Amino acid sequence: MLLRHTTKEVKEREGLTINPAKTCQPIGAMYAALGIHGCLPHSHGSQGCCSYHRSTLTRHYKEPVMAATSSFTEGASVFGGQANLLTAIETIFSVYNPDIIAVHSTCLSETIGDDLQQITKKAKDDGKIPEGKHIIYASTPSFVGSHVTGYANMVAGIADQFAVSTGEKKNQINIIAGWMEPSDMREIKRLSTELGVKIVLFPDTSDVLDAPQTGKHEFYPKGGTTVEELKSIGDSTHSLALGCISAEPAAIALEKRCKVPFETLDMPIGISATDRFIMALSQAAGVTVPDEITADRGRLVDIIADMEQYFFGKKVALFGDPDQLIPLTEFLLDLNMKPVHIVSGTPGQRFEKRMKEILVRAPYANFKNGLGADMFLLHQWIKNEPVDLLIGNTYGKYIARDEDIPFIRYGFPIIDRIGHSYFPSVGYTGGMRLVEKILGALMDRQDRDALEEKFELVM
Amino acid sequence: MQSYNNLPDPALVREDLIQKYPTKVAKKRNKSIVINDPETIPEVQANVRTVPGIITQRGCCYAGCKGVVLGPTRDIVNIVHGPIGCSFYAWLTRRNQTRPETPEAENYITYCFSTDMQEENVVFGGEKKLKQAIQEAYDLFHPKSIAIFSTCPVGLIGDDVHAASKEMRDKFGDCNVFGFSCEGYRGVSQSAGHHIANNGVFKHMVGRNNTVKEGKFKLNLLGEYNIGGDAFEIERIFERTGITLVASFSGNSTVGQIENAHTADLNVILCHRSINYMGEMMETKYGIPWMKVNFVGAESTAKSLRKIAEYFGDEELKARVEAVIAEEMPKVKAVIDEIRPRTEGKTAMLFVGGSRAHHYQDLFSELGMTTVAAGYEFAHRDDYEGRHVLPGIKIDADSKNIEELKVTADPELYNPRKSEAELDALKEKGLEINGYEGMMKQMLKKTLVVDDVSHYESERLIEIYKPDIFCAGIKEKYVVQKMGVPLKQLHSYDYGGPYTGFEGAQNFYRDIDRMVNNPVWKLIKAPWQKAENGSSTALEASYVTH
Repeated sequence: MLLRHTTKEVKEREGLTINPAKTCQPIGAMYAALGIHGCLPHSHGSQGCCSYHRSTLTRHYKEPVMAATSSFTEGASVFGGQANLLTAIETIFSVYNPDIIAVHSTCLSETIGDDLQQITKKAKDDGKIPEGKHIIYASTPSFVGSHVTGYANMVAGIADQFAVSTGEKKNQINIIAGWMEPSDMREIKRLSTELGVKIVLFPDTSDVLDAPQTGKHEFYPKGGTTVEELKSIGDSTHSLALGCISAEPAAIALEKRCKVPFETLDMPIGISATDRFIMALSQAAGVTVPDEITADRGRLVDIIADMEQYFFGKKVALFGDPDQLIPLTEFLLDLNMKPVHIVSGTPGQRFEKRMKEILVRAPYANFKNGLGADMFLLHQWIKNEPVDLLIGNTYGKYIARDEDIPFIRYGFPIIDRIGHSYFPSVGYTGGMRLVEKILGALMDRQDRDALEEKFELVM
Repeated sequence: MQSYNNLPDPALVREDLIQKYPTKVAKKRNKSIVINDPETIPEVQANVRTVPGIITQRGCCYAGCKGVVLGPTRDIVNIVHGPIGCSFYAWLTRRNQTRPETPEAENYITYCFSTDMQEENVVFGGEKKLKQAIQEAYDLFHPKSIAIFSTCPVGLIGDDVHAASKEMRDKFGDCNVFGFSCEGYRGVSQSAGHHIANNGVFKHMVGRNNTVKEGKFKLNLLGEYNIGGDAFEIERIFERTGITLVASFSGNSTVGQIENAHTADLNVILCHRSINYMGEMMETKYGIPWMKVNFVGAESTAKSLRKIAEYFGDEELKARVEAVIAEEMPKVKAVIDEIRPRTEGKTAMLFVGGSRAHHYQDLFSELGMTTVAAGYEFAHRDDYEGRHVLPGIKIDADSKNIEELKVTADPELYNPRKSEAELDALKEKGLEINGYEGMMKQMLKKTLVVDDVSHYESERLIEIYKPDIFCAGIKEKYVVQKMGVPLKQLHSYDYGGPYTGFEGAQNFYRDIDRMVNNPVWKLIKAPWQKAENGSSTALEASYVTH
């Protein structure tokens, strides 16, 4: 057994996290910053942070992930990292010439009290930021929240530090992407185009972390929200934040700074959440929903109706990040499945509240988030009440193999399969992909386990 | 050593590599970029701070301590004291394979343990939570050992992981709890973490069990981490030759093996950088000589086995070693004969690790491929130039803070395995006891040696040399491949391996053949994009092309 020491008996733990269902803030900030065109993320801390984050993102995307580090040594840790960051800024602009450096902090720099606002201001005052170039920052202490918090903080930083209110409204809507895949961002843009709505999507990692093989390494790939677009978000008529944890803080920052009204939506995963997204976007823009979108929706409903018997009553355990888990759980309920165990390492009352609303339809479900909500606990729950399907990131494969459960990779990180960055899981077409994956996993299992006389040709 | 004449003028290359840097940075990098001469071996600036912002391959002290050295031992519960990320990122990502003796035997490698430090722990101190975590780990698993690893904030807020460990060790009585001050900011790279790990393993593990294992030729394998099953292949060869492996540091190892390591009669070192301290300390305390070996490359494996047999000086062992080599080599040769016509004359670059960039050159030469440039990520001058430079290495502020254990001969257990005269006789036979010649002696004249290569430099090197294969790690993998050059990961082996020993060499040859001759590299340009002048073969990076 791979996880041979995991016991069935659940004991309360206060000090020890085992097999976490989260990681730390800075990686989220790095991911968000990659969604700005011409931006080089910069990790203000020890070299290991940057190296680990780049490695994890690279394994997930199989793409170049460029980022720099302040390379703290013991001296910097004692005397402060200002000198390191100033050197880094000079080196980066000389060698890599980005349009923007997006600095995020780490547990180290936060513990010693480095003030990124002050240091970046000093860099500007000292003339270290070339004409037309930018430096932005976000405070992302690893000992608060999770990787999702870090993403939210950087996206809020982007909104707060770029948005300008000219006093003249632009006929466009901001869509603030929660932590989603490049494929999902591409799909959001496609849906908006189909609706005929002009949007600014930020951040946007499509054409950054799904770049084509051309024989040339584009250090700053074609994609990413541009500075010009980011400046304009203060003049947009509305903001739609896709995700109450990872996207809403940016919408709040923007409302505060430029008075752009916002609405927070669940990430459009599955039918109901996508319905709400399409309704909200079409209403905000005053457009009617075109037949193509309605037909896409119809196709998804059709598949579910055709295959309903295979979903019914199947127990599912899932783990991952809040803005995915909320609509995914809702979608499983729409499919007539039973989400019985749900775990997320990301803390937050907002998340708990929204999950409770969704789980009114599933009073039997075990749900825990924040401290102590780890994959060890999830595994123990599964041992106590077995499931038919496990959904989560790659680390789930250890539980899936030990317990012989069909497994669908979903979330972050997925480091042993491809597809997540190319095929969306948002929107109705994304829903079709999810349904295909769920059915594939369940029906492969039925085929594997069926007695010879019960082996079905037509399913 | 033959000279290789088709190389670009290395002096011009060096000038090119540093011209874009700010003056101070250029001056510094200039000392880390060296034109090799195996006869004179010029000095390489190594193990110095990385320039902030330059984009380095390097990681941190914690990665070297927990990730590299301690990670592979299966029956220690490794608790990372700090915010969640550090433990998460080191969770199974280094591919340290392990084979527990029984289905029930302890194996925590698949687990990730952390104190998941929160803001309140940073403000008010985290020792209480740490002790609670140790208690919970003990109650849940009753492991033989629990190791604690400090991450950056721990050192700054002053949590004493050593005192907490001792308190819990004394409390339990039957569980060895010990800590490592391996905060990420210590030193200048992973290397500091290796040293700290060596110190801790030596202090808290080695020498705790004096049971003498049966076997005539007993040794420890140092600096082998069983990535991709490398240690399994070496174990197979040892078994065939009648060599007894007492302990491995630390691939496929157990706490019990390491506690018993001082009963071996020889230490053989693979990764000099990460474990040479252990060899030195065991020599001083227990009288066990160490010898640098290399099981990467079929010829190197044969050579290393012969060295070991020579050390033990036993005719029967020598005969068995020769018999095994004679049996294994024809299979190796058959693969080389098949593949070499397709790899002969191709070029490689290796920028990785603290020893791999050296060892893997052997495998490339077996394929008729030339290493045109190489460098380490976190090595020291001795790994480049040889250990004879050790007395001349200046200890700077960053190294000074890494503890040097004061080791003396153990009053009871010190037992020199060879007398001075015997050692001298072995040295005369060409055996390098307690020594290492380094990478540069083996590299061709006018090849380039670059320490802690930056991202910019590596892309520029690819543009200039157009190598057929580039060896580095996951962060570099897809950057280089976007330029149309295959990248072989030498940390994770691209999830393949093993690459050690005779079987491993064959795996490597096949993998390299597959990579450099893969038809995909010819598919990059669409038919309507192929220019008449054949420019589709150019290697480009967007911002370095002149």
